[in-house]
Amino acid sequence: MSYDLKMRVWRGDSSGGALGDYTVEVEEGEVVLDAIHRLQATQAGDLAVRWNCKAGKCGSCSAEVNGRPRLMCMTRLSDFDQQETITVTPVRTFPVIRDLVTDVSYNYEKAKQVPAAKLTPRDPDGKRRMMQVDVERGQEFRKCIECFLCQNVCHVIRDHEENKQAFAGPRFFLRYAELDMHPLDTNDRRKLAQDAAGIGMCNITKCCTEVCPEGIHITDNAIIPMKERVVDRKYDPVTWLGSKIRRRDQRDEV
Amino acid sequence: MTSTGSTTGGDERHPMTGNRMDSRDDTGYERHAYDVVVIGAGGSGLRAAIAAHDAGARVAVVCKSLLGKAHTVMAEGGIAASMGNLYPEDNWQVHFRDTMRGGKMLNNWRMAQLHAQEAPERVLELEEWGALFDRTPDGLISQRDFGGHRYARLAHVGDRTGLEMIRTLQQHTVALGIDVFMECTVTDIFKDGGRVSGAFAYWRETGRFVIFDAPAVVLATGGIGKSYQVTSNSWEYTGDGHALAMKTGASLINMEFVQFHPTGMVWPPSVKGILVTESVRGDGGALKNSEGNRFMFDYIPEYFKAETADSIEEAEGWYTDKTNNRRPPELLPRDEVARAINSEIKAGRGSPHGGVFLDIASRRDAEFIKRRLPSMYHQFKELADVDITKEPMEVGPTCHYVMGGVEVDADTEQSIVPGLYAVGEVAGGMHGSNRLGGNSLSDLLVFGRRAGHNAAYYVHRLKGERPSVQESDVRRAAETALAPFEIEEGAENPYTIQKDLQDVMQRLVGIIRKREELEEALVEIDKLKERAKKLAVEGHRQYNPGWHLAIDLTNQLIVSECIAKAALEREESRGGHTRDDFPAADDSWGQVNLVLTLAGGDFSAPVDLKRQPLPVMPDDLKELF
Repeated sequence: MSYDLKMRVWRGDSSGGALGDYTVEVEEGEVVLDAIHRLQATQAGDLAVRWNCKAGKCGSCSAEVNGRPRLMCMTRLSDFDQQETITVTPVRTFPVIRDLVTDVSYNYEKAKQVPAAKLTPRDPDGKRRMMQVDVERGQEFRKCIECFLCQNVCHVIRDHEENKQAFAGPRFFLRYAELDMHPLDTNDRRKLAQDAAGIGMCNITKCCTEVCPEGIHITDNAIIPMKERVVDRKYDPVTWLGSKIRRRDQRDEV
Repeated sequence: MTSTGSTTGGDERHPMTGNRMDSRDDTGYERHAYDVVVIGAGGSGLRAAIAAHDAGARVAVVCKSLLGKAHTVMAEGGIAASMGNLYPEDNWQVHFRDTMRGGKMLNNWRMAQLHAQEAPERVLELEEWGALFDRTPDGLISQRDFGGHRYARLAHVGDRTGLEMIRTLQQHTVALGIDVFMECTVTDIFKDGGRVSGAFAYWRETGRFVIFDAPAVVLATGGIGKSYQVTSNSWEYTGDGHALAMKTGASLINMEFVQFHPTGMVWPPSVKGILVTESVRGDGGALKNSEGNRFMFDYIPEYFKAETADSIEEAEGWYTDKTNNRRPPELLPRDEVARAINSEIKAGRGSPHGGVFLDIASRRDAEFIKRRLPSMYHQFKELADVDITKEPMEVGPTCHYVMGGVEVDADTEQSIVPGLYAVGEVAGGMHGSNRLGGNSLSDLLVFGRRAGHNAAYYVHRLKGERPSVQESDVRRAAETALAPFEIEEGAENPYTIQKDLQDVMQRLVGIIRKREELEEALVEIDKLKERAKKLAVEGHRQYNPGWHLAIDLTNQLIVSECIAKAALEREESRGGHTRDDFPAADDSWGQVNLVLTLAGGDFSAPVDLKRQPLPVMPDDLKELF
């Protein structure tokens, strides 16, 4: 059951570009990435696009489909009317390299600023013990496939290039929260989350949560608890006093 | 992504990546010096880079995609390691035995031994670096059942273990400050006096060339699945490392053994081939044909009869009582299950879309399925409109893994070329004729670490007498890479040739093979190699997928020829190689490796094949069988 799909795909590079009109034959059950691939194989051999797994697991093929940030491999053509023209543009928050490929190095730079896990020593038998219920919160955040769609829709940086320096974005608030909730980690990153990552700039509009293809409750389960922990550290006089006397669950501030 | 080391020429650079921003070719080459260059950023590449860094080497990781997107991310089930967290009677000897038997004794015994011995510590190391595995009730790392493994042995995180592994290694690599060259493809490895001296690559972003001066190169490039039509593998799986090794003078073994995973999605067409994890069967899923029969009971081979349940009652009992029941036949090694499914479909007992049914809906409650198999639930719901807690899945074989790869020394992972190492799927020997599920992720960690250490020590032993990159080789590498822009007459489209190659391999070198078809395949591959001399691309060098494919495609052609040639030579059926005209395993073939080399050093040169005796297992290990 094939039909001709009308597509508009943004073609260009950092110096500028425009939407190109294409008609491509597609099959029942296909996704937007299939249509892009067919374009590439038959009409536009040099159409630049990132993809890897084509199963929603690697987070490479992020783009904006009819203006909505999506993974192209998980966007089914059957969600659209067959007569409808589908417009595919690169994600907007990051600079275009070429066509649908953007420069996402911002995210890799921010990743370098998060101090890694530093666990307590192993038990005498050489193993470590953590309860399932205690790892589950972190596990939710570690489902993140780094598609960076949350970063793409975040108001703080989407149209504010100037904020990128001081703001790490939802993907990395997830990371801070994950490490803060790790049962055996010994680093205290709350000051860092506030100062270097700028978690205070987030005004919890939940756009990141809505767009997450993994369904991670970024705002409710990661950002808000992390904001609370940061605030605890700063303003609660008892905690403040406690921190002077005894470190919070034996963590070291980094 | 940041680049250090010496550079020559050049002006404008990307502020964050350090990439050269112009794509002109007259500004000289970008040049970096390292001790060890690791090609590939999947589990084995990153583990190798970490190990080489820990051993004091200056290391670069060079990868075709962004960091964290490598194919390891797709691994679902888990990491096989005899930690004994659920079954204290499990140990490396049992794991070793399972691995050898799964590979039908064609494995390099030493690799299988090292793998079984070192896997548990490698898993604990991941935990050290931040991985959050699922837990047992006692708080230890949980272990799950998988095909061919006697005990529940796979450390896992739901059904997204590969993601956890890649993220953990990625984060550790970043924390150590290892240089990563993302979206950078290596096209040639340089030699000087028979030893590795460096590598040649291009930035995908700009098309600019990069020269690495490095006495040690670790190949960690994964597999070859993209040469087949129906595959669980991504675009990156074009056998780059296999081909680079051959072009550098190294040898491949076991290339006739290609694993077709028994359960890939079959519908809709867009997702055909995408993996359905073996965990579905490990967690209770049953395979059924269109008549509703659990057909696997009809396909229990003599070799595994003693350890496989022969009645539904016993099979059902196994999930709760493994001591008094034998394992269900659904959990036979992958080659057995894939062949059985293939036969059922051919006999007309398949599902509507040409697969068979995999049913967990009627066997486990919805809550259990969603907790144990979240990715599968999500994948079927989103891509096929199938709710796996309510209805059976349709599944069929999909090209998943190549057992064959670069012939390496078991302890050091060095190929026959000094300074050239191979690890993970691109290395051969470890899995023999068939790999057990879960043994891949552990393989990446165990041998990744070994390769990294040994590459670093190798460089250390050179004591400053580093081989150098020859300018004439650089010129030739650049000319070869740019050739597709020069073709004016009789231009061939790389996408078309890739599609034709996939058709040939799927049709003639698939699960079931026979002499005439393999001979035909070799003729067809030859024709494609001829056409590939005229590969042409449109546009310019900046992020041009057509050009990238034109380069990768030559690797696919070499590797496909190796597979077909070895498959024609091996006149028996064993593991991932089934000959319709030689349906039984043959003991004399059980002692032989087929070794492939490329005489001319160029993709258009023919592949040479010779027989070589298998390394002999020492007596104390033989006693385990």
